[in-house]
Amino acid sequence: MHVFQTLRGRTRARLRATPRDLVFEGLSAFTALSVVGLLVLITVILYLAAAESIRTYGFGFLSGSVWDSVSQRFGAAPFIYGMLVTSALALLLGVPVSLGIAIFLSELSPPWLRIPLTFIVELLAAVPSVVYGLWGIFVLGPAMRVYIEPGVQAVLGFLPPFQGHPIGSDVFTAGVILAIMIIPTISAVSREALLAVPDSQREAALSLGATRWETTRLGVLRYARAGIFGAAILGLGRAVGETMAVTMTIGNRAAFFGSLFEPGQTIASQIASRWLDAVPPLELGALIQLGLVLMLVSLFINLFARLMVGRFLRVGEGAE
Amino acid sequence: MSAKVHVDKISAWYGPKLAIQDISLDFEEHSVSGIIGPSGCGKSTLIRCLNRMHETIPKARVEGQVLLDGQDIYGQPAVSVRRRIGMVFQKPNPFPTMSIYDNVAAGLRLNGVRERKKLDQAVLESLKQAALWDEVKDSLDKSGASLSGGQQQRLCIARALAVKPEVLLMDEPCSALDPIATAKIEDLIFDLKKDYTLVIVTHNMQQAARVAETTAFMYLGKLIEVGRTRELFERPGETLTESYITGRFG
Repeated sequence: MHVFQTLRGRTRARLRATPRDLVFEGLSAFTALSVVGLLVLITVILYLAAAESIRTYGFGFLSGSVWDSVSQRFGAAPFIYGMLVTSALALLLGVPVSLGIAIFLSELSPPWLRIPLTFIVELLAAVPSVVYGLWGIFVLGPAMRVYIEPGVQAVLGFLPPFQGHPIGSDVFTAGVILAIMIIPTISAVSREALLAVPDSQREAALSLGATRWETTRLGVLRYARAGIFGAAILGLGRAVGETMAVTMTIGNRAAFFGSLFEPGQTIASQIASRWLDAVPPLELGALIQLGLVLMLVSLFINLFARLMVGRFLRVGEGAE
Repeated sequence: MSAKVHVDKISAWYGPKLAIQDISLDFEEHSVSGIIGPSGCGKSTLIRCLNRMHETIPKARVEGQVLLDGQDIYGQPAVSVRRRIGMVFQKPNPFPTMSIYDNVAAGLRLNGVRERKKLDQAVLESLKQAALWDEVKDSLDKSGASLSGGQQQRLCIARALAVKPEVLLMDEPCSALDPIATAKIEDLIFDLKKDYTLVIVTHNMQQAARVAETTAFMYLGKLIEVGRTRELFERPGETLTESYITGRFG
């Protein structure tokens, strides 16, 4: 670290000498800082565009449970709720599968299978979200309605979230779509984290007589937990903001839902599905205010992730 | 004294590369056996064949027999072999996300021991045996990675001892440590032979001379000579051995 700093200090001193490098340095600093500017600009413009809505509803907007363009009453609570539930469902379903993929790719897979499989998983991330949406409408939705949801209901039907009549175009389907969409992110980042675990950790577990699974649990997963956590939060970030596929599968009902088999709406899907028909100025402003809320939630999730990964989970670096 | 571990014509490969060739050797019970030789001579490979760690490397392969109390370890599940033959590695490798206590208890928990009292007892005993107890008794819940290098290595020794292995293999256990920490580990090795059969690989001839009762010299994947440590160093039977211990190569 120290050596690096002095080296960098020297390089910088030398750079100052030539004007061309000064220009380059200035340009590169400008592009870097413009990102900060852009973020501020977006926030300010969203705030201004939502100003009237903010003046009218204030913080009550967050707790308001009605969205009615006739009576001009707009509240965000059902969408915040919908976003939290679908994202939680996505993590609940997506993280175990992603971890399974990551463990297989880094610990178990025969070498010849590793590269093609990694590639295919990463291809999942390249599928446009509108295609996921179409697939959700025409394939997953009907399958959910006919097979999966009744099946789940048969087992867990005594719990309120799994009651009601399965319709296939509902919160559960949206959660499953989201889970599939965040799998490539979570599994790729977790795989990196697992690959970064030094072999000496695996050997430590093996030499104690650990089986393959015990070695993975003791020597690998524990060591990589900060990275896995970071991967899950990255996935959460994607789930929270995902719009197209959710809008197409969640059923679009702007109200609270008691069962996962009911239609709902997330912040993003509400904005997308109301945008064209919004009555200006108040409903439009309210939609923009929703956007502001979504952006702040995403920022908060990312900040929280950085804090957790950096401070609490990275124990004992340097030990191999 | 009887042979606790009998190595019978062991050869080992990494892919197509032959690393050790046709080695036969005995390790006596309750004694310290040293294995010396220049880098790349196959001494680490040999020791890793004794608890079936060699085969955990992709494309690695072993032929021959290793008898533990007369039974071939290659005819038993590797997992149970490794519970009887513990290992300490070149670089200290405690589990950094676990406390000192949990590091030592890790092997026992793998064996299904859950009882707090039993675990406490085993952690205490193992840390004492590894001469680390006095330094860590007040900080058992601290991370294993918070210790110094020498302490970490003793923690790894305690972790290996906790499952009460019969044989303890040490693969250059002091090569990453300073002289004071090295001296502590050497004292420890001396104490441990009362209860365990120890095999130590070292590139440090003085270390072999200090701790081992018998020493084997390897060169280019072959066992050149084995004998009482004192005799091997004072009257080596082979010119190769003599050249190595007098520092003419290596």
